[in-house]
Amino acid sequence: MSLWQKIRKTGRVAEPAPERAPGNVLPAAAELGGSVQLRHVDAGSCNGCEVEIASVFGPVYDAERYGARLVASPRHADALVVTGPVTRNMEMALRRTYEAVPEPRLVIALGDCARNCGAFAGAYGVTGPVSDVVPVDAEIPGCPPRPEAIVAALRELTGR
Amino acid sequence: MGAVLQVVLVAVGSPLLVGMMRQVRARLEGRAGAGIGQPWRDLRKLVRKEPIAPDGTGWVFRAAPLLLAGTVLVVAAVVPLVSTTSPLDEVADLFAVVALLALGSVALALGALDTSTAFGGMGASREMIVLALVEPTILLSVFALSVRVGTTNLGTIVTSAVADPLAVISPASLLAAAALAIVTIAETGRIPVDNPSTHLELTMIHEAMVLEYAGPDLALIEWASAMRLSVLLGLLTSLFAPWGIATGNAGLLALLLAAVVVIAKVALLGALLAAGEVFMAKLRLFRIPELLAGSFLMALLAVAASFFLA
Repeated sequence: MSLWQKIRKTGRVAEPAPERAPGNVLPAAAELGGSVQLRHVDAGSCNGCEVEIASVFGPVYDAERYGARLVASPRHADALVVTGPVTRNMEMALRRTYEAVPEPRLVIALGDCARNCGAFAGAYGVTGPVSDVVPVDAEIPGCPPRPEAIVAALRELTGR
Repeated sequence: MGAVLQVVLVAVGSPLLVGMMRQVRARLEGRAGAGIGQPWRDLRKLVRKEPIAPDGTGWVFRAAPLLLAGTVLVVAAVVPLVSTTSPLDEVADLFAVVALLALGSVALALGALDTSTAFGGMGASREMIVLALVEPTILLSVFALSVRVGTTNLGTIVTSAVADPLAVISPASLLAAAALAIVTIAETGRIPVDNPSTHLELTMIHEAMVLEYAGPDLALIEWASAMRLSVLLGLLTSLFAPWGIATGNAGLLALLLAAVVVIAKVALLGALLAAGEVFMAKLRLFRIPELLAGSFLMALLAVAASFFLA
């Protein structure tokens, strides 16, 4: 019962959805029709981006209301969310995950490391940015990107 | 006529029921939620995607989603939801319904084994544990109700409950209702037995079996799972709260009224289930047999009570 009181007292914590320019949809994502399943791949991230992804799907930003959802298998996914520079150990794993996603498939490079290796550029264990391994359709800059930026990028995929 | 209406209602309404339950959970968790239509949007998109069969899988993997969806559609046609009369009345009694549901589960478990991945096999073995404990409980708890009527035909059981509404609050009926509610939760993979929205492979039961399915196959499985949920919830309401169901040769108006009533009842039950999930955590896997054995015991007591207290 104390949980029930807590629920009643807290009410809705999701922030109102920010305004969005209509028609601003990624052409490759147009046929998904308001439903985008995402598979997150950590290719060697420092887990800063992971914390931001967790808050994007938390109650405050609630990306699920725009039709985006994290799934447990690349077979269920429409898009891969790749974080971190691609390390040598994760290169083959990332390539295989990409091949496991059914067409049409998209790749989002999330964070500066995924875009251009960021702070890890030139490190001995790093193969290169995500675009060296798999084709990238969308990039989200930031180290780590703010949840608002991630939500805006996801809404370009879902179109909602 | 009633059967056609039932199948259409279950086929179209089930994803909406799942969407409604997710919406209830989202609101209670302080989120905005994706809307009731989101499962249909997901299904529409999955159907358009490329079907993938992993290397080394055979016809078992490809046939499993079709068998799962097919069996649920047959069950939706014979179970009394809108009308107690069904064109398959003679062949489809309690045993046929339970066997059809089990056939779908076994087909999906075999499909999961066919992928020969670690998680597929693990999910299949867990599903079989749950199934082995759930099926006898379903049979026994409906037995407890069929003793009174003297037949295992579900339509006849529901018709007698409509004629004698006070019988619903007998000890046998209440025990059977509790047992059937627990196995419905287990069979449809809801909290506290299984978490339908989990991402942790090690805690999965149903989700682990479908990890390798993609595109239209996955759409079929998700649609069938939603239909199983609404059929079992509908069966629960028909057996223990049969008010409004159309009996005998009911006219079109009675059927429509019964459809509206059953939608309202199933939606209410689904909302209650979703709200209950917010207050509960998933049980540890080794505690699940204890829960299901408890529900089996209640079903056994219900059968005993219906014999000795009748």
